[in-house]
Amino acid sequence: MENKSRTAAWKVLRRKPLSLLGFGIIGFFLLIAAAAPILAPVPANSRSAYLIPEYGYNPEPKLPSVKHWFGTTENQYDLYYGMIWGTRTAFKVAVLVVGTALLIGIFLGSISGFYGGWIDEALMRFTDIVLAFPGLVLAVVIVSVLGPSLDHVMLSVAVVWWPSYTRLLRGDVMAIKEREFVLAARALGASDARILIKHIIPNSIYPLLVVASLDVGSVVITAAALSFLGLGAPAGYADWGQLISMSKDWILGSPGNAFAYWNTVLIPGAAIFLFVLGWNLLGDGVRDMLDPKQR
Amino acid sequence: MLKFIAKRLLFLPLVMLGVTMLLFGALQFLSPAMRASLYIHDPRQLSALNEVIQKYGLNKPMPVQYWIWLKQVLHGNLGYSETAKMPVSDAIRAFFPATFELTLVSFIPILFFGIYFGTLSAVKKDKLLDQITRIVAITGYSLPSFVLGLFLLMIFYGHFQIFPPGRYSLDVDLLVHSASFHHYTGLLTLDALLNGDFAAALDIFSHMVLPAITLIYISVALLLRITRSSMLEELGKDYVRTARAKGLPESVVIKKHARRNALIPVVTLSSLLFIGLLSGVVITETIFDFPGIGRWSVIAAQQLDVPGVMGSTLLSAFLFVTANMISDILYAFVDPRIRLR
Repeated sequence: MENKSRTAAWKVLRRKPLSLLGFGIIGFFLLIAAAAPILAPVPANSRSAYLIPEYGYNPEPKLPSVKHWFGTTENQYDLYYGMIWGTRTAFKVAVLVVGTALLIGIFLGSISGFYGGWIDEALMRFTDIVLAFPGLVLAVVIVSVLGPSLDHVMLSVAVVWWPSYTRLLRGDVMAIKEREFVLAARALGASDARILIKHIIPNSIYPLLVVASLDVGSVVITAAALSFLGLGAPAGYADWGQLISMSKDWILGSPGNAFAYWNTVLIPGAAIFLFVLGWNLLGDGVRDMLDPKQR
Repeated sequence: MLKFIAKRLLFLPLVMLGVTMLLFGALQFLSPAMRASLYIHDPRQLSALNEVIQKYGLNKPMPVQYWIWLKQVLHGNLGYSETAKMPVSDAIRAFFPATFELTLVSFIPILFFGIYFGTLSAVKKDKLLDQITRIVAITGYSLPSFVLGLFLLMIFYGHFQIFPPGRYSLDVDLLVHSASFHHYTGLLTLDALLNGDFAAALDIFSHMVLPAITLIYISVALLLRITRSSMLEELGKDYVRTARAKGLPESVVIKKHARRNALIPVVTLSSLLFIGLLSGVVITETIFDFPGIGRWSVIAAQQLDVPGVMGSTLLSAFLFVTANMISDILYAFVDPRIRLR
């Protein structure tokens, strides 16, 4: 059975070359993230692998050279090093933010849908309020209050993201809790927690997982946008959004040559774009695999 | 039906109240001194810190402060925004028309491209055009607005020296603020035309080209895909087959039959997209230095300008909740089953 569904999934994927491309892109970034210590060795005196080594104090970015493959950003941070280790940061942000939002969504959504009543009413009205905010502005407020840092960026994006997951799962839990197998489990004397964890959540979680996999790209963009606004990691931290933020004062180039510092925009910009593209294509693939109507 | 509408109408002020409480609560995590620092512009004024805290009641318990603030708002006084350097109500009046104009300039092409190419790619499913629109859509929603925006600035403003950032050039700035310039609509391009100044209108419009391109490319994907899938669904239905069987020309079948039905979900989505743009063009406005609500809200949030954040966020939340309410009511009119929920 297990094997059969796996073959079916593979068949769906094979007919969708774009989803395969998504797997390829994310696989490529995974390889880079895994091999970061080999691709960009950490200098011996470094305090943290995520701090980009700085080669001098010249504010002007430098173009790619033999010594710095991708050139340097303003204040001479090595762009190649930042890009390689930034891959790990990107995965960390994607997984932690979506994971946190999912955990909150699963917890509150299943309670809300399962128990109904005033708990449900209170939780749903609260999600109404959070969803009424322009998400990015709420996230900016939260990070501004807590103070700029990558951890706070991740926290604020998760805070903005959980309500939609809660509502989605609540609806599916409500639809499933009256089904015969749930009633049977209850008749056999199973506790609420057991019914929820063993019967209801496993049977209602797939739509949520599909949405979450389609969301990873937007989450990465939102987190990078906060870094772009200067609310994320400090200068010199290996984070793509932060590197783009450092490039924004140099996009007009030098007098007479607008493209004098093209590398500072193009390289981190292309990486964010490809990373998000990969997740979006992958999300499409996951949806096609889990949604039987698409087959 | 009336009961449904009444319920939705009652819901609006309650959500707004919740929004203000949540925002206010979040901002109370800051110490009174930090919130007072906004009013202090010079280190020499630091001795007045306690005075400021007393004057604005920043050290009172949170519910008391909230009540003071709420009473003011209910009297129509939204406070003074330090980041905009004007009262919040004036700031909204200054920034909102700019955002509205930019949204309008972007939204019309989005609607056109989305519906036109969405229909066409459904009709020509899996043909070259369908593949191209699919690639445009996927790259569009994978491209962060700040990456696209910086590229556009580098190429068009940096290299070709056209389409500058900002709202208008310096001479137009003087013109717009002169006494002889009449503000008929608040939409500056239109106002300039109505004042008979074609050059100024062109200047104002050229400042909106790059942010509009950014918004169009990033937002059109949603409309393209919804139109395409809705159109595909309609094309598979029996009445379309009947129309074809009657021998109607294919263009009539598509334009008069299928597309009209396919556009129902598209219209609802478009209205939400319009409001989404109106309240969510934060990053695009920031990159292009466009003085609208979005840029103001980010600056206010970053500098913890409490009245500014409250004002801009309240406006966005109000627009969003109202748009949702209207679309819910419209849906209930169309589909009676919804009223029962």
